[in-house]
Amino acid sequence: MTATTDTRPSRAAAQPRERGILSPFDWRRPRILVGWRAMHIVLLIGLVALGAVPLLWMLRAAISSTTDLLQHPLSLVPSPAKWENIPDAWNLLSIGQYLGNTVVLVGGSWIVQLLVSATAGFALAVIRPWYGRIVYGAILLTLFVPGTVTLIALYLTVLDLPLLHLSLTDTPWAVWLPAGANAFTILLVKQFFEDIPRDLFEAAQLDGAGWFTIFWRIVLPMSRPILAVVSLLSIMTAWKEFLWPLIVLTDPEKQPLAVALPRLAQATDPAYLIAGLLIASIPPILIFLIFQRSIVKGIGFTGLKG
Amino acid sequence: MTVTTDRLRGTTPVRAAQAARPGPPRRRSLTRRRSAIAGLVFLLPTFVVFGYFAWWPIIQSAALAFQQTDLVTAPEWVGWNNFEVLFSDPLLPRAAVNTLWFTVLSLAIGLPVPLVCAVLISELRRGGTVARVLAYLPVVIPPVVSVLLWKVFFNPGESGVVNSLLGLVGIDPLPWLQSPGTAMPSLVIVATWSGAGTAILIYLAALTGVSTELYEAAELDGASVWQRIVHITLPQMRGVILVLLLLQIIGAIQVFTEPYVMTDGGPANATVTILLMIYRYAFLFGNYGVATALSLLLAVVLIIVSAVYLRLTRSWSTR
Repeated sequence: MTATTDTRPSRAAAQPRERGILSPFDWRRPRILVGWRAMHIVLLIGLVALGAVPLLWMLRAAISSTTDLLQHPLSLVPSPAKWENIPDAWNLLSIGQYLGNTVVLVGGSWIVQLLVSATAGFALAVIRPWYGRIVYGAILLTLFVPGTVTLIALYLTVLDLPLLHLSLTDTPWAVWLPAGANAFTILLVKQFFEDIPRDLFEAAQLDGAGWFTIFWRIVLPMSRPILAVVSLLSIMTAWKEFLWPLIVLTDPEKQPLAVALPRLAQATDPAYLIAGLLIASIPPILIFLIFQRSIVKGIGFTGLKG
Repeated sequence: MTVTTDRLRGTTPVRAAQAARPGPPRRRSLTRRRSAIAGLVFLLPTFVVFGYFAWWPIIQSAALAFQQTDLVTAPEWVGWNNFEVLFSDPLLPRAAVNTLWFTVLSLAIGLPVPLVCAVLISELRRGGTVARVLAYLPVVIPPVVSVLLWKVFFNPGESGVVNSLLGLVGIDPLPWLQSPGTAMPSLVIVATWSGAGTAILIYLAALTGVSTELYEAAELDGASVWQRIVHITLPQMRGVILVLLLLQIIGAIQVFTEPYVMTDGGPANATVTILLMIYRYAFLFGNYGVATALSLLLAVVLIIVSAVYLRLTRSWSTR
């Protein structure tokens, strides 16, 4: 085993990452090669079967007839392809309207989250007022209270805002504003802003720049990467939201697709329902595939801190 | 006076350098007040959003649990009455047991499977990105969609997708969501399917953090691959595994979408969870006080679970 170690560096140099648990040397031992190859093949088959096949099945079922679905449940090819299912479902279930609602809700939640996390991060990491630590502590505290625990109180708040006595239910604000109360994104942004050299701010201040100029002209342009991560996170979570919109948007006209689908599911042809499911999944899948690199990286480093 | 300023001047760069990282440099009171005001302006959105939708509901939750609220008349203090109503509800022990069962089942799959997948993916020499994308795809799908899709998959009878698959290997069709015994495991399968990808990606990130020198040294000492995994990989990842496990426990205790959309608590109350009960108390029966009392109990349970867990794992790690 040790006799051949000297060959390792030259081979390792060709690899992007020198080695993992297995070394290039291990890979040349027949038992390991065969064993791990076999495990990797099983893994890839499993990943394809569970990650891709259900989605392909959804695609196939969306353009199948109900009888075809019942007769060939495992087939991935529709025997008569009924492409008209998709426009039919779109019109019949008024998916366009619900999808529009979803887009409005997601867009607003995204803007609110960006605004809150960027301004809070700036105040706490750059301006650093004397009470900053207290505010930061109060923000972090909310990380430890799961959303479902305060659900009812939050609902009653939205129903009748204290001091203002407004009801936000059945308006998009009921989804937009609570989405902004996300301690996690503030934490991410604050951490990023803290790594910007303070000399920049001091130099700008000497040149007569106010806090807003520093925020708008220096900090924001430098923070594109973290703002992208926050955007992706907030858009993806907002698109997945179910319980909260279900509670605060009782008017069917205003519900997002995720809330409407279970209701529609009760009285719809399965093929139409699956067409609806497909339409609801395509935007997040596309966003994921386009920004796959930064999302995968983002989860790696954000997940640990959460 | 001049002497002191000179001395101050002399030391300032050193002081500034020392103070640069941890705390803000000393400032005069004018800039201090200015930054206090500027801070308030920039924190305004945070105060509005957190004040209304995070801090106030937390405070209010504690009060609501001891009040009777029907949204028409002013809330009335009722003491422990809400809790008494709750404890006389025969569904509560059922829901608690169901939630526990769901949690145990989801950890039984949700802990080892992502870990094994992550180790295997990290050792892939080609196709690592494709594997990551495939693993994360189910997470991207909105939960409602995956739940409704799996509801179709779980169709009972021979024409259901899952049953047809079982038929290929000669297993008789199972009733899945229609029978009290199989309903909860079915929900766990769906929840794991749509959640495992996140855990896999987090473990993968942690795996790249394990120093290759350790593997190198172990290999020189003749450690087998299995020994390297058990004695290097797992101990190095212990922190991540423990944190993720706690997050999974906390998440599983709060399961809602799966039982609500797939089974609505049935059959025969086999999938009524705590959160489903909270939802029903509030939005079906309009009994917000009892619903909040139950959320408060849930919060207490979560706190106890976290505290015990942290305590236990701390004593393990110092062993």
